[in-house]
Amino acid sequence: MAEVVLKSVNKMYGNVQAVKDVDLHVRDKEFMVFVGPSGCGKTTTLRMIAGLEEITSGDIYIGERLVNELPPMDRDIAMVFQNYALYPHKSVYDNMAFGLRMRKFPKPEIEKRVKDAADILDIEMLLHRKPRQLSGGQRQRVALGRAIVRHPQLFLFDEPLSNLDAKLRVQMRVELKRLHERLETTAVYVTHDQVEAMTLGDRVVVMKDGLVQQVGEPLELYNQPKNKFVAGFIGSPAMNFVEISIAAESGGLWANNAAFQIKVPPAKLEALRPKVGKQVTLGIRPEALQIANGSTPVESSFQASVEVIEPLGSEILLNVRCGTNDMVARVDPSIRVKLHENIRLALDPARLQFFDSDCELAL
Amino acid sequence: MVIEHKWKKWVYFIIPMAGFIIFTLFPFYWMAVTSFRPDGELYRSWRAANATPFWTLSPTTEHFRDLLTNTAFLQWLMNTMFVALVATAISLVCGLFAGYALSRLKFRGSEFLGTAIFITYLVPQTLLFIPLADIIRNMQIGNTPWALILTYPTFLIPFCTWLLMGYFKTIPKELEECARIDGATRFGAMVRIVFPIAIPGILSAGIFAFTLSWNEFIYALVFLSSVEEKTVPVGVVSELIRGDIFFWGQLMAGALLGSVPMAIVYSFFVEYYVAGLTGSVKG
Ligand SMILES: Nc1ncnc2c1ncn2[C@@H]1O[C@H](COP(=O)(O)OP(=O)(O)OP(=O)(O)O)[C@@H](O)[C@H]1O
Ligand SMILES: [Mg+2]
Repeated sequence: MAEVVLKSVNKMYGNVQAVKDVDLHVRDKEFMVFVGPSGCGKTTTLRMIAGLEEITSGDIYIGERLVNELPPMDRDIAMVFQNYALYPHKSVYDNMAFGLRMRKFPKPEIEKRVKDAADILDIEMLLHRKPRQLSGGQRQRVALGRAIVRHPQLFLFDEPLSNLDAKLRVQMRVELKRLHERLETTAVYVTHDQVEAMTLGDRVVVMKDGLVQQVGEPLELYNQPKNKFVAGFIGSPAMNFVEISIAAESGGLWANNAAFQIKVPPAKLEALRPKVGKQVTLGIRPEALQIANGSTPVESSFQASVEVIEPLGSEILLNVRCGTNDMVARVDPSIRVKLHENIRLALDPARLQFFDSDCELAL
Repeated sequence: MVIEHKWKKWVYFIIPMAGFIIFTLFPFYWMAVTSFRPDGELYRSWRAANATPFWTLSPTTEHFRDLLTNTAFLQWLMNTMFVALVATAISLVCGLFAGYALSRLKFRGSEFLGTAIFITYLVPQTLLFIPLADIIRNMQIGNTPWALILTYPTFLIPFCTWLLMGYFKTIPKELEECARIDGATRFGAMVRIVFPIAIPGILSAGIFAFTLSWNEFIYALVFLSSVEEKTVPVGVVSELIRGDIFFWGQLMAGALLGSVPMAIVYSFFVEYYVAGLTGSVKG
């Protein structure tokens, strides 16, 4: 049981700054997920927590203890690697027992813990095999088992599911979540898959270029992104962005561009008033776009032509074009539209988000 | 591989393969036949009516008896074995640690050091034996096995280092990192995880080093002078060729007996040896 605290942690590789001033507080028992595009510094941050990479500056605490100078073996952590890193010359049993043997646990205790972990992960029948005799999913389980037998204070995961096929990945995701609920151990999990991040994380850290962009619960990131990057990164299909200018007319504010004119909802008036006459970016989630019906007010709808139809069964994704803007709408599967048809789309005014066009911060 | 026509298999596989095998094995066959051939047949002209150059009708073991009783061959065999084993052991230990350090540790000049070690391997022995002879004389270990045990590593260590360095690079570094998180020190992770995984590489480096020491000629010729200190290659050549007289039977018997230990070593470890040269590790 431990919390993890990072205080202005930096990492330089020569002249490349991989991690910039990361401040973070992972609470006790929390499942914290790091997500971000390739090369954003997730792995580096995780490896610094593990003690595999030196910290250029800053402090890392694991459960009150400053660990900057502590070797990995003394940090009381367990890590699961992307390629599993099973010891190829040892049997599954010995793989799992290795950490306990190194720590001089008595033999009966080792046996009990390995059996328990194997039971939880359903790998008892594999204990005598060598890693090369296992499938990818089984290796994954063994790697997890090796981590949990130690009963560490903290679990670290570096993209542990990315080598599995899509179906198995979903299944292991659920199992990981269940495992975490059962063990109640603090966990830090790295992934580049935002769906994984949203489903697994109690909280999610979004990183880009070594900088933390936002930390928050999954729905908080989805509904109140702090900037355009987070808004675009979280959610699939991604948020639609439209460049607009703000105009004050007939008592209200209007978001205009060549192809449409939309009334700014009352909740955003305050934030947008200083932007009158300037460019801003409008963000629209695909599900905030629906086919307009008779009762839709003109001030929150616009005309668009259907370019591509993706029927997914539970929903239909419409790729539409409005002026020079391409957008995606997620609509009800019962709706019938034809390719190249001109349709009228309604916006949900409460779900519009605005971003400063220069600094990209949410308004 | 699916082969549709029989003749294709013959043309593209069996015939070339047979040719290659004959080409490779013929010298060994010749050596064996010669060592069992009585002197009468050995020095008979090929054009003689009853010549049988490719086999012998009256095999004899007289050359082997001569070799074992009239020369110090058994002593040479022991010398060679001792020198080869100790030199190989020293070189393997040094090569293991050096190879590990060069493949894993990042320190200033590690790249340069790797290249420098490789270059020392390229210095020809025919050049190096001159300064080495001076050193041997100053250390007063000339004409003892130590002259060879201490000079063979000059080419064995670079060789082992490079072979093992390449092998260590194929072992994912996550294995060690995981071991370090699991509670091993860096040294512990190296000894408990990396070395056991590298066994095929270590064995092939060992076999190679052993072979090179076993067959080494120049240093053994230069640094050893008395008959009973010699190694097999030098002993056989210097004692069984007197001026322009070649004792072919004994020479070939010596060569045959001298290659038996190598054949045993190779047949024991051939699987590891192939894996060490071609294989990598899958976690
Ligand atoms: N050993 C290294 N030497 C030099 N630069 C490095 C090293 N390791 C990582 N970097 C750089 O640091 C940055 C962050 O790398 P990191 O591995 O943390 O990315 P990541 O977020 O894990 O990406 P991915 O999703 O691709 O795994 C990258 O720009 C990378 O090129
Ligand atoms: Mg990574």
